[in-house]
Amino acid sequence: MTWAWENRELVLELFWRHAWLSAIPVVVGGLLAVPVGWFSHRNPRLRGGVLALVSLLYTVPSLPLLVILPLVIGTGFLSPLNVLIALTIYAVAIMARTANDAFGSVSPAVLDAARATGYAPARLAFTVELPLAGPVLLAGLRVVSVSTVSLVSIGALIGVSSLGSLFTDGYQRDFTTEIVVGIVATVVLALLFDAVLVLLGRLAMPWARSQRSVTPTQGRWAAFFTRGGVSAGGDAL
Amino acid sequence: MSVLSETIDWFSRSSTWSGNDGIPHRLVEHLGYTALTVGIAAVVAVPLGLYIGHTGRLRGLAVAFTGAVRALPTLGLLTWFALLVGLGLTAPITALVLLAVPPLLAGVYSGVESVDQRTVDAARAQGMTEIQILTRVEVPLGLSIILGGLRSATLQVVATATVGAFIGLGGLGRYIIDGQRSSDYPQMLGGSLVVVVLALLLDGAWAIAQSLTSGRHTRVLV
Repeated sequence: MTWAWENRELVLELFWRHAWLSAIPVVVGGLLAVPVGWFSHRNPRLRGGVLALVSLLYTVPSLPLLVILPLVIGTGFLSPLNVLIALTIYAVAIMARTANDAFGSVSPAVLDAARATGYAPARLAFTVELPLAGPVLLAGLRVVSVSTVSLVSIGALIGVSSLGSLFTDGYQRDFTTEIVVGIVATVVLALLFDAVLVLLGRLAMPWARSQRSVTPTQGRWAAFFTRGGVSAGGDAL
Repeated sequence: MSVLSETIDWFSRSSTWSGNDGIPHRLVEHLGYTALTVGIAAVVAVPLGLYIGHTGRLRGLAVAFTGAVRALPTLGLLTWFALLVGLGLTAPITALVLLAVPPLLAGVYSGVESVDQRTVDAARAQGMTEIQILTRVEVPLGLSIILGGLRSATLQVVATATVGAFIGLGGLGRYIIDGQRSSDYPQMLGGSLVVVVLALLLDGAWAIAQSLTSGRHTRVLV
């Protein structure tokens, strides 16, 4: 652990880079996926197609995706943008299905009651459906956040530095400590993100606090398996 | 678009298709690692998952383990194991098994749990033993979800085996890692495309298996 202290500047810098490379895809992916999930929930006939498409995106392994993306979107091979876009794609792929389920979990009776009291469609969506879908959306976002933080490291293989650089560097120098420090720092970052999401959830949804909390793993596997259909898998990539 | 034509050129070279570094050989290696890993993971996870799903015991532990493994970065795990164990298949296969167990475990116990409790109670009332309930009621009815677990595990392993090339594993990831080291982008791109096609084909195969079993599922229920 003296190594980590002596190299704290490097570790801290990589930690922040890793944090940014994870935070942006989680936020952007979450924002993109919620409307997609809402749309697929609202259009049962298109639902199968939309969800099949997003789970198809999830099937593409991460390292190959990072190699193919620069050619498709015209970025430089070493650009961090490749990692950001790849991880946003995965975030949408995981989150869209959960969002679909989240809106499905809202009681139709509540929606009918809101309509009967004169809620216009937009106001209904934003002030009734969205908050009520909130707890499930949050559970999904926590899953996305854990998987994104652990995936960012793969970028190190194609030269996008993050805490993953400690793995490639440690391996090449035959230096186990550096790798272990990288793993611990990644897990700490994942826990931090999770804590932030839980905190934001409590601030945004104080009423949900008394209810039984959904842990990320329960949320993840419940979404992936109990629905039967196409499973999007763990963070395969 | 010169990269694209160079990649097409890479695919059309005969050296790409023959020898130890040819696509057929790398593909067989990749499939071999995947089958070996998912096989070992299944030996561990299937009995455990059936036990958890049937009895409901150890469930909290399984959920915690699953969550903990999920948070671990795959590249970190692979390189760490490689330095601990040294060269050879042991390190990458161990890491791959560790990563394949959680989705498989979750698929198996979720599948067993998904069976309607009334159906299980009815089977018990008919005088079925616990083993009979498990093998004749819970597994057949939950099979589609159990296969979903195998599907996720397979995808996980195909993807992570690619990353394994960094620590000297063979398979299709070699094209990406070797291409990167020699700045041969067409080779990286070609290898990547093969991995993507493989992942899609395997996923499609599992999807077909799942839809076949869920068809039986409905027939049984009706």
